[in-house]
Amino acid sequence: MSKYKSIRSAGTGYSVLIEKRTIWISAVLLVLTMGTMIISTGMGSLYISPMNVVKVLLGVGDPAHQVVVMKLRLPRIVIAALVGASLAVAGAILQGVIRNPLASPDVAGITEGASLGAVLFIFLLGGTVPVQWMPIASITGALAVTGLLYVLSWKRGVDPLRLVLIGIGLSAAIKSLSYMFIISGPMQLAERSLTFMTGSIYGVSWDKDVITLLPWLAILFPLTWLQARILNIQALGDDTASSAGAQVQRQRFILILLSVALAGAAVAIGGAITFIGLMAPHMARKLAGASFGSVLPVSALLGALILLISDLVARTVFIPKDVPAGVLTAAIGAPFFMYLLYRNRNR
Amino acid sequence: MLEAEGLGLSYGDKYIFNSLDLSIPKGKITVFIGSNGCGKSTLLRSMARLLKPQNGTVMLDGTDISRMATKEIARKLAILPQGPIAPDGLTVLQLVKQGRYPYQSWLRQWSREDERIVREALEATGMSGLSEQSVDSLSGGQRQRAWIAMTLAQQTPIILLDEPTTYLDMTHQIEVLDLLYEMNRRDDRTIVMVLHDINLACRYADHIVAIRAGQIEAEGKPGEVIDEQLIEKVFRLKCEIIPDPLYGTPLCIPYTNCSLKAVKEVLRR
Repeated sequence: MSKYKSIRSAGTGYSVLIEKRTIWISAVLLVLTMGTMIISTGMGSLYISPMNVVKVLLGVGDPAHQVVVMKLRLPRIVIAALVGASLAVAGAILQGVIRNPLASPDVAGITEGASLGAVLFIFLLGGTVPVQWMPIASITGALAVTGLLYVLSWKRGVDPLRLVLIGIGLSAAIKSLSYMFIISGPMQLAERSLTFMTGSIYGVSWDKDVITLLPWLAILFPLTWLQARILNIQALGDDTASSAGAQVQRQRFILILLSVALAGAAVAIGGAITFIGLMAPHMARKLAGASFGSVLPVSALLGALILLISDLVARTVFIPKDVPAGVLTAAIGAPFFMYLLYRNRNR
Repeated sequence: MLEAEGLGLSYGDKYIFNSLDLSIPKGKITVFIGSNGCGKSTLLRSMARLLKPQNGTVMLDGTDISRMATKEIARKLAILPQGPIAPDGLTVLQLVKQGRYPYQSWLRQWSREDERIVREALEATGMSGLSEQSVDSLSGGQRQRAWIAMTLAQQTPIILLDEPTTYLDMTHQIEVLDLLYEMNRRDDRTIVMVLHDINLACRYADHIVAIRAGQIEAEGKPGEVIDEQLIEKVFRLKCEIIPDPLYGTPLCIPYTNCSLKAVKEVLRR
């Protein structure tokens, strides 16, 4: 058991077995993520060296840099990390519950549902209701689509492949519904909605976006972490899970709810950024193995890293154009999805 | 003690079995035999609450299992379903560890006792040296032993297995059945399983239950209940029963129905 570390606290009765590999993979990814955040904060029309960014963060930086870093760039960087991590964890949960590496919030139509909820919010309630309520709208949209998905693919239980196929169809249908609203609505809202549907974290701020997203994640991430044990037992199949004393259906419902809430909250802020929920958990399993105690934190870090890098490339390579990050994640994600489809064709 | 009382289960309006009574002898190996679709797997699964019967009750130590918490059942009875599949990359240790699920909570996830029992389960199944291997990289027999180790870690006095030897070659079939026999004789665990091979069923079973069309056709010691008439009735197969030259248990030698001339000539000789 040298590859493992048993953590036991006599006082609280807490005990857990952790793979040493997970600890160092997470540490490396954390350093990489932090590094990317610092470098990315310095990149843009005004270049600031990583050293100077750190100085600003420590409160001893150049006042000219202060505004650029704290007001303009850092909120966007923090949001990229948070949104990426949420989408990745939402995907990891869904892949565990559905027991299929092809499942992810965007493939299953959950992201599109959240996006429709947000578009409706912009068109019907925009201006009258504070934007802080947008996560409620997008989570509601995500929930509605998930409910529909469940009903449509239910036939003596949910078959994973049927779920994915119906999800792809549903996702296309909902997307066109969103477009219908955009086309029929006023022009100034259309552009905002379109950017939103592609997925962009352009122009986010501390007081509007970070503050809106953070409370959700502060609750949802720890809750998900507590479900790792349940995800592990669900991954063995319904019969084995029942045999070991798991309440399979109830736990599955809670897990899907968690995934939908994470994806919905992320979409409310970052728009319909696709494929992170598909790629990050897959890479996490390759790196850290099949146990969800490892897959969840590693997915979160990888998701953050993927969106940070996508956003960095999207906003610097095409200067003066600020390309939505969602374009880039889709450009890497779509071929990745085809590769997964190809590899799973005989399942 | 595991009993079925007046058990009835149907898919749609077609009954798989109806008002079936069965009592599993404690500390013995019980084997269900019967042709495909006779309801033996369905019976096993409903006795382990994986299927919910429409009528009747399953009693575990005198309590109706539908009134018991699923975790409470999981400490008394484990079932290994047919052909279970582990997620890609899951290691043997990660699999076996999950047998401790009914004893754990979000707080207590890996106690000293968990560690000891998992180690014992790995040793008992000869999987200690393979605990870091991923389950999908193992041979069929090793994989089945890993799953049996998981049910062992559940520390239940009763273990149910649905066709534990399917897809295994002869060597691995014997290996798995020997392991189950040891678990029964050494640790006094009650074993109930569905087997397709009548001869192996007769060799390993203390108690055999022959099922035909959802009804118990005969039950008892293999040497007392297995004869030509029963096999013909249950499997619709003409055969001759001779004593197993090694162990003396009934051995079923089937007739062929082939109409080919060459085969008939062989039979005439």
